[in-house]
Amino acid sequence: MRLPLAGGIDCDVHIAPPSMRALLPHLDAYWREQMVNRGLDRVDFTLASARPRLPIAARPDSRGNGGELDTLRARLLDPLQLRTAICHALHGAIALHTEDMAAALCRAVNDWVAAEWLDREPRLRGSILLPLQNVELAVAEIERRAADQRFVQVLALAMVDQPLGRRHYWPVWAAAERHGLPLAIHAGSLFRHAPSATGWPSFHVEDHVLQAQAFDAQLASLIAEGAFQKFAALKVVLLESGLTWLPTFIWRMNKIWRGLRAEVPWVKQPPGDIIRDRVRVTLQPVDAPDDPQVLARTLDHIGAERMLLFSSDWPHWHDDRPDPIPDGVPDALARRMLLDNPAETYPRLSLPAARATEAAR
Amino acid sequence: MSRHIVATVDEIAPGSSKLVTVKGREIAVFNVKGEFFALFNRCPHEGAPLCKGQVVSLVESDEPGTYRMSRQGELLRCPWHGWEFDIRTGQSYCDPANTWVRKFAVAVEPGERLAKGPYVAETFPVSVEQDYLVIEM
Repeated sequence: MRLPLAGGIDCDVHIAPPSMRALLPHLDAYWREQMVNRGLDRVDFTLASARPRLPIAARPDSRGNGGELDTLRARLLDPLQLRTAICHALHGAIALHTEDMAAALCRAVNDWVAAEWLDREPRLRGSILLPLQNVELAVAEIERRAADQRFVQVLALAMVDQPLGRRHYWPVWAAAERHGLPLAIHAGSLFRHAPSATGWPSFHVEDHVLQAQAFDAQLASLIAEGAFQKFAALKVVLLESGLTWLPTFIWRMNKIWRGLRAEVPWVKQPPGDIIRDRVRVTLQPVDAPDDPQVLARTLDHIGAERMLLFSSDWPHWHDDRPDPIPDGVPDALARRMLLDNPAETYPRLSLPAARATEAAR
Repeated sequence: MSRHIVATVDEIAPGSSKLVTVKGREIAVFNVKGEFFALFNRCPHEGAPLCKGQVVSLVESDEPGTYRMSRQGELLRCPWHGWEFDIRTGQSYCDPANTWVRKFAVAVEPGERLAKGPYVAETFPVSVEQDYLVIEM
């Protein structure tokens, strides 16, 4: 594995969600006892759309015999000479229908990430897992965890109860904005709705491919509902979204906005301009053809110079290691996505490299 | 450049328009609160007949969920794709720098003056009692 420079930032690193037994010490007395009483201490609350034991979810060389952290250091952080890796654990708590248990488990997962990962490895940064089932509880979790500057974003899945732009969620985005936390939207579904707009697919292959539709829908919602106008400092990061669907989405959204603008008069710029200004997209998995010229052209259409964030998508199969930056990405863009763009996206990553870049301007 | 009598002032009520043909070109003449404007009857996007578009207000917003209307009857929505144009200037609302409808000068002239010339009434009968719209093209 190699990168063109040392000290880069990886914006999408998965850590396997903890077992319930690992979470028990991080639950309060009531929930610790209840989990055991209800027999839930032997249930791992694995999200159907993010199952760590699926063969497709991890390369064998990404799962070592030692602790997962040692593997992460040996196979990712050290060889890529990363300064920082932003990690998250997609725990099934976010899919529960019972709000209080969801909030208790999200608290436990976030505290477990802090204790077992961030405390042990200074290169790691975390994502606040949110119990979006209940807006007040989600806000409370941001307020509780935000003082820890090592948590650099809040996390939601691409397919949740309702579109993320709706005013229902605005108190959550207000809290995130207040604390300088971008909203990261990761591929995956709570399966409240079919993952396709036309009903339930039969196969896992469909579920994977359909994720792009969900990102389409979330961007359309965030733009049309005016979330970007309401929260002028909020940034949105798309994790594991792919990126080749973006140019056509931007074209459609710009064109249709021109005709239907009066419905959403708070959208004052072409949606593509809002996206380029406020939305960031992670590199891996790159869903472009192998031809580097095609990728370069796609990146140009997107306006990727400021939008693209480097990600390894560790430990998933569909990344491109040992060359995590594919051919077709110009050197200047590689540098931007490894250093400058993450620094501009995440106010909490106060990086010497970023400061140096700013000073040079 | 010549001047063409295209309608009587009474023919086009405030908020309405009339399609006229001058030198073989279709022109949509609008009455905006007593002022007259003439636009080429062809959307710069894909050529839709603009005279068939809705005349609307300018809708703006200070924040999501609020709606502010102004300039009632001063904007035109293309009947095909809904692009908005300022009837007074022909400019596209979303893309004023690059997209506009060609505009022609319209004057209101009393029939008395027209009957005397030098303007030729062409096929349009002119009466000294009425006011007329004259397009310069």
